[in-house]
Amino acid sequence: MDDLVNALLNGSRRAVARLLTWVSDESPQASPILTALFPHTGKAWVIGITGAPGTGKSSLVNCLAKAYRAQNLLVGIIAVDPTSPFTGGAILGDRIRMRDLSGDSGVFIRSMATRGSLGGLARTTRDAIRVLDAAGFDIILVETVGAGQSEVDIVRTAHTTLVIEAPGLGDEVQAIKAGILEIADVLVVNKADRPGAHKTVSALRMMLDIGHPASRTQMTAHHGQLLEVKTPETPHSDEPIWIPPVLETIATDEKGVAELVSAIQKHREFIQSQGLSAPLERQRIEIELHERLREALIQQLLESTSPEYVMDVINQVQNRQLDPQSAVTKILANHKQMVS
Amino acid sequence: MKKNIRILIAKPGLDGHDRGAKVIARALRDAGFEVIYTGLRQTPEMIAEAALQEDVDVVGLSILSGAHMALVPKIREVMDSHELGDVPIILGGIIPDEDKPALEAMGVRGIFGPGTNTEVIVSKIHAMMGDASA
Ligand SMILES: Nc1nc2c(ncn2[C@@H]2O[C@H](COP(=O)(O)OP(=O)(O)OP(=O)(O)O)[C@@H](O)[C@H]2O)c(=O)[nH]1
Ligand SMILES: [Mg+2]
Repeated sequence: MDDLVNALLNGSRRAVARLLTWVSDESPQASPILTALFPHTGKAWVIGITGAPGTGKSSLVNCLAKAYRAQNLLVGIIAVDPTSPFTGGAILGDRIRMRDLSGDSGVFIRSMATRGSLGGLARTTRDAIRVLDAAGFDIILVETVGAGQSEVDIVRTAHTTLVIEAPGLGDEVQAIKAGILEIADVLVVNKADRPGAHKTVSALRMMLDIGHPASRTQMTAHHGQLLEVKTPETPHSDEPIWIPPVLETIATDEKGVAELVSAIQKHREFIQSQGLSAPLERQRIEIELHERLREALIQQLLESTSPEYVMDVINQVQNRQLDPQSAVTKILANHKQMVS
Repeated sequence: MKKNIRILIAKPGLDGHDRGAKVIARALRDAGFEVIYTGLRQTPEMIAEAALQEDVDVVGLSILSGAHMALVPKIREVMDSHELGDVPIILGGIIPDEDKPALEAMGVRGIFGPGTNTEVIVSKIHAMMGDASA
């Protein structure tokens, strides 16, 4: 184990690759290593890239990685694609748009399947980020599935979240629906070579003008509330707010990339200069612990409860002898009895 | 917990058709594999690099150009130099019988002609992985 940890801390790509596999498989071998690596994490800046399918996320990741490499920064990339709920298989195709990065040992690209997780990332993506962080990557780009509606995982994981839009039918409405204003630190209208790009930009700007929600950073500063990602509130007028800029890019021509990099840098500086890094990290930790605790508790509960018992309770609910909430109370009481 | 089998499907060489490779990629996904698909015109270096970063269990090559006797040894060599000597290669394409022994000697573990039933490919991969469910 120490060998692998040392190899990883010394930047061995084979070690990074193997550990990412163990992490994604939730293999028992992974946890002592993650424990050993944890003190070495917390240095990378994690950038989330989300947005509807086909808007150009992977193409932009390719551009951003090149830009950061030009600054001599090491770039780790995690690209998440969905696992088929029917077969458990997945096609991970984001690398197709990242071929410019091949042959550069300062870049490491890893594809991940969601494996049943619904929030846009895999359950193990956070730990995968830590592996890359400990291995010394300065910038970690995380491309989400891009399902649109429930991309909440990424804001709970990334330091800066980019939401990618593309011009096209119904964007304005879609944007409101998906609540992207709440999750975006930077809004990008990619495919600006296509008709309608300016319209999309002005629609987004207008929405920001009308109803910009109190930023997440504000919310954290005031409450640090568990599991709340958005709480539109009247911000105190004396506190600076981050208003997400709206940028146009053409990923296929690498247009607008310098501006995007500088917008990300401004966001990073805003977070750091306002003393928000620590409270935001606290919030992420709180959310992660909460999630892990919930899973561990359910696991424990199911281990101490026989499947027959659960089946029986399900039958009682189906027969209308027991309502669902009483069923839960009953299972919990049974669990307490079993473990005492 | 069952380990997820990860396969790289790559299309080396200069010919511009990846329909066959895509069909295989989908069939393998439907069989429950995680398929890393990298697209057309992959150099041996790109294939080895992707196999390493993605820590795949198998590398599947689709070669329809007839250049397999030039491409496969080169890819095997670059993979070996990336410490990927233990990662098996399987090959899809139009491969004349007389080439097969040489390819197998290079460590190609499965050769599948056009129109091979995907179930054959799937069970071959399971067998290679030592999976009892095959
Ligand atoms: N015209 C135009 N096409 C683009 C641009 N950026 C990306 N594309 C094309 O849009 C398609 C999708 O790009 P991707 O980068 O794969 O998009 P994605 O959001 O990663 O897609 P998924 O991961 O499948 O959700 C590709 O064919 C790209 O070449 C752009 O700025 N202009
Ligand atoms: Mg993509």
